[in-house]
Amino acid sequence: MEHLDKLEAQSIYILREAYANFKNLCMLWSIGKDSTVMLWLARKAFFGHVPFPLVHIDTHYKIPEMIRFRDQIALDWGLTMVIGQNEEALAAGMGPGRGRLTCCTALKTRALKQTLDGTGPRYRIQPDGSYAPDTDREPYTGVIVGARGDEEGSRSKERYFSPRTKENDWQLDDQPPELWNQFKTDFAPGTHIRIHPLLDWSEINIWEYIAREGMPITSLYYDTGSGRRYRSLGCAPCTGDVASTASNPFEIIEELRNTNIAERSGRAQDQEDPHALERLRRDGYM
Amino acid sequence: MPMNLTTFEAPAREQLSLVIVGHVDHGKSTLVGRMLADTGSIDPGRLARVKAICERQGKRFEYAFLLDALEAEQAQGITIDAARCFFHGEQRDYILIDAPGHIEFLKNMISGAARAEAAILLIDAEEGVQENSRRHGYLLSLLGIRQVVVAVNKMDRIGYDQAVFDRVEREYRDFLGQISVTPAAFIPVSALEGGNVVTRSAPMPWYQGPTILQAMERFEKEAEPADQPLRFPVQDVYKFNRAGDARRIIAGRITSGTLRTGDEVVFLPSGKKTRIKTIEAFNADALPGTAQAGQSVGVTMTEQIYASRGDVMCHPDRPLQVSNRLRVNLVWLGRAALRAGQVYKLKLGTFSGLCEVERFIEVIDASALRDSGHEDRVERHEVAEVVLRLRDPIACDLSHEFADTGRFVLVDGYDMAGGGIIREVLSAGEKKGPVRWTSEVGSIDRRLRETRQGHRAVVVALHEDLEGTAESLAAAIEESLWTAGRHVFRLRFEAVDVIQPRPGELNLRTACFGRVAALANAGQVVLATIPFAASVTQQDVLRLPGLESVPCAQVRFRGDRDDALDWVLDPAHGERELHEEVRRRLDPLLALGS
Repeated sequence: MEHLDKLEAQSIYILREAYANFKNLCMLWSIGKDSTVMLWLARKAFFGHVPFPLVHIDTHYKIPEMIRFRDQIALDWGLTMVIGQNEEALAAGMGPGRGRLTCCTALKTRALKQTLDGTGPRYRIQPDGSYAPDTDREPYTGVIVGARGDEEGSRSKERYFSPRTKENDWQLDDQPPELWNQFKTDFAPGTHIRIHPLLDWSEINIWEYIAREGMPITSLYYDTGSGRRYRSLGCAPCTGDVASTASNPFEIIEELRNTNIAERSGRAQDQEDPHALERLRRDGYM
Repeated sequence: MPMNLTTFEAPAREQLSLVIVGHVDHGKSTLVGRMLADTGSIDPGRLARVKAICERQGKRFEYAFLLDALEAEQAQGITIDAARCFFHGEQRDYILIDAPGHIEFLKNMISGAARAEAAILLIDAEEGVQENSRRHGYLLSLLGIRQVVVAVNKMDRIGYDQAVFDRVEREYRDFLGQISVTPAAFIPVSALEGGNVVTRSAPMPWYQGPTILQAMERFEKEAEPADQPLRFPVQDVYKFNRAGDARRIIAGRITSGTLRTGDEVVFLPSGKKTRIKTIEAFNADALPGTAQAGQSVGVTMTEQIYASRGDVMCHPDRPLQVSNRLRVNLVWLGRAALRAGQVYKLKLGTFSGLCEVERFIEVIDASALRDSGHEDRVERHEVAEVVLRLRDPIACDLSHEFADTGRFVLVDGYDMAGGGIIREVLSAGEKKGPVRWTSEVGSIDRRLRETRQGHRAVVVALHEDLEGTAESLAAAIEESLWTAGRHVFRLRFEAVDVIQPRPGELNLRTACFGRVAALANAGQVVLATIPFAASVTQQDVLRLPGLESVPCAQVRFRGDRDDALDWVLDPAHGERELHEEVRRRLDPLLALGS
C-alpha cells in the first residue's frame, strides 16, 4: 500500500471507531485544510454520508471567504452544520486589541467549551442556508479534531483518543496508554474524549491528498495574482499571509519540499511565549 | 503559470516508524535531537529560538530540548510522553518516536513502541545495562517488534574505550538472546557530539559498522499481509436509510488477506455464511473487485445475515479459532494489580467482552527476568503468563500467526490497564458468570399471573443509540400502557458493568439483569432503556436467565435488522409517530395465546 493509502485507511478506522463508541459525537471543522481533509475522510468512511454534526467556532473575526466556503460546502454535502460563538464576550467588546492570548481564550477556548458542553449558544443550519438556534443542547462526549502531530511540540505527544476533564483540561503528564488501535472509549460522566484521526499526517501529506482526491479547499491557500497566500488559517487580524505564487496543490507541495520554515510562523499567538500553544491546548484549545 | 497536472508525479514517500527506547537519562532525546539537527531537518528558526530561550533562562542548550516540548519536561529534564517527529532520510521518511525511559511513564513508552515497526535501544556506556534496558527489551519482544539496533551511547564519557563497548554488547546480547531478540547491530555512539549518529566518529576508528542513520536505512518496511488468510473484523454495519441510501454495508478494516467480490465468507463466532456481493467505495469511478490487508472498506452481502461489531469475517477454509479460554502473555500497567475474581473488559480488534483470570501460570519481573515472588496477582509494570476466561466466546488467532487478531488489551474501570498476546486457544470452558448466586421462586408462576391480568409479560429493550430519544419514548409507552390498564414497569440500565464490584458486593450488571427477569416473571411489561456503548449487547438481553419463553423485543434507531422482535425505528419520525409504531408492534405480543 502507498503511504497516503495507509494514512487514509487509519484515519477512516479511527472515524468509524468514534462513531461506533460515542452517542453524542461531533467533528470540529475550522474550514482550514486539515479539518476539510478530515471531513472528506468522513465522507469516505461513511460512504458519502456524515452521520454527526460539524461544529465551527465562529470568533466573528474569521476571514469572510472562510464563512462563504463553509456554508457552500455544508449545503452541497448535506452536512449538519452547527455554529458556536462566545456572544457575551463579543457584546462586551472582546477583540485582539485586548491582547492576543486573552482574545484567543475568550473567543476560541471559552466559546468551544460552552458550545461542546451545551451551556453556550448553538446554531444549526437550515435547508435554506440560514442558521437557527439548535434544540439539541446535550453535551458532546466525543469530539473529533484535526490536530496533526508535526504541527508543534505538544501536539506530537497526543493520543488518537485523548480524554479531557470536566474543565476541558488535557492531563499531559498522565495520558492513557494506547496500543494496537485500541483506544480509550470508556470515560467517567462529565468528561469527554477528543479524537484525532489526522495525528500521523504531515503538512505535505495533507496537500498530497488534496491533490490526489481533487477535493475542494478554500481558495485562501492559493495565490490568485497578488503573489501572496495563506499557509495556515485563523482569524483575520492575527493570521499573516506568506509570499508565494503557488496557485494549486501541486505547486504548494513543490514549495513545501524546499522549505523548513515552520507552518505556524504566520500565527501571531504562538510567538508570545515558547509554551503558549501548550498552555492554550491544556485549557481546551484545539 | 499552472503546472501540467498530467505529468506531475507526487508519490508520497515510504514512511517507517521507529521508536527510541532505553533507561532514563541514557540519552534518547539527545540522540533524536542530534539526528534532526545533523540532517538539516529542523527549522533553523526553531533551533535558534530554543537556543535563545536556554540563554535567557541560563541553561546549557541541549538537543533534547528540541523534542522535550512540554513545559514540565524541560523543567525536570526528562521525557514524560512519547513524542513523534518527522524526519526525512535519503530513501524514505521516518517517524521517530522518542519514548520516555522513566519507569513511571512505562505506559507512554509502550504506547510509543506499539506504533513502531523497528526500534533503537539505547544504553549508557558508563552505566551499562540497567533495569529499563532489560524491561524495554522484553517489552519490544512482547509487542512483536523484531527489527532492533542497540546504540551504546556516551562513548565520549569513557574515552571511546572499545573494551567497555564490547563488555556492554556481550552482557546485553546475552539478555536479548534469552527472549529471542537478535539485534541487527550494536553501535558505539556519542549523541552529544554526533559521533556515529549521522557522521562517523573520528575517535572510534576501531568501529567499522554502520552509523545510526545507516542502520535505520537498512530496516525493512513490513509489507501488509495480503497473501495470508483473510481476517476482516466487523467494525460496524451501516444503513443510512434517512439519507435515502438503501445499501446495508458491513464496514471494517482488513487486517490480513485479500477479499474478492463473489467470495464465500463466514462470520465467527456465529458461523453464519454468505457471499460478498459488492465492495463499496466513495469518490471512485467504479467499484473495486478486490480489497486487501490494510484497507478500510465496506462490503455488501448476497444474503442479509445478521452480523455485528466484534464478529470476524474470514474464508471458510481458513477460519479463526473460537473459544472463551485463552492462554496469554501480558504486561500490566494498571494502578491496581490484576487479580483473580475481578472482572475486566477484554478488547481484541473490534470485539469487546468481559473476562477474568482463571489461573496465573507465571508472574515475572521483566527488569531482571526473574520470578516476581508472588503468583496470585500481577502488579503494575510486571509481565505474566495467565489463562483468561471470557464470558462469551471470541474469534481469535495466535499472535505469532496473525498479529492483529492475536493481541488484546484489558480495561479496568475506565482505564486501559494491560495488553497481551495470545499463545494458545484452550478448549471452551463451562460458562460461568463472576457471581454465582441462585434463588428459588414461589409456585404461582408467570402463566397464572398472565391469565389473571389478561395480558402477557414482555421485555422491551430500548437502546439509547440516538441522543435522548429512547428515554422519552420509554416514558411515553409506560404512561400509555398504564392508562390502558397494563402491568408495566420501566427501568434504565446504567453502564456500570465496567466498574469493579468490591469483594462481597453484588455485580451490578447481574443485578440489573436479575431485576428484569424477576419483573417479567411477575407478569410485568418491562421497559428497559440500555445505554449506548455499554457492553450490554442484544445477546445479553435475549439470553436473560429464566426468560426463555418471554418475548424480548429490541428497539433501536440505528442498525439494519428489522423483524418481529427487532424494531429499527426511523429517528426522523416525531415522538407521537414513534410511540404509535411501538404500540402497533407491541400490542399483538401482549395478547394471551400469542
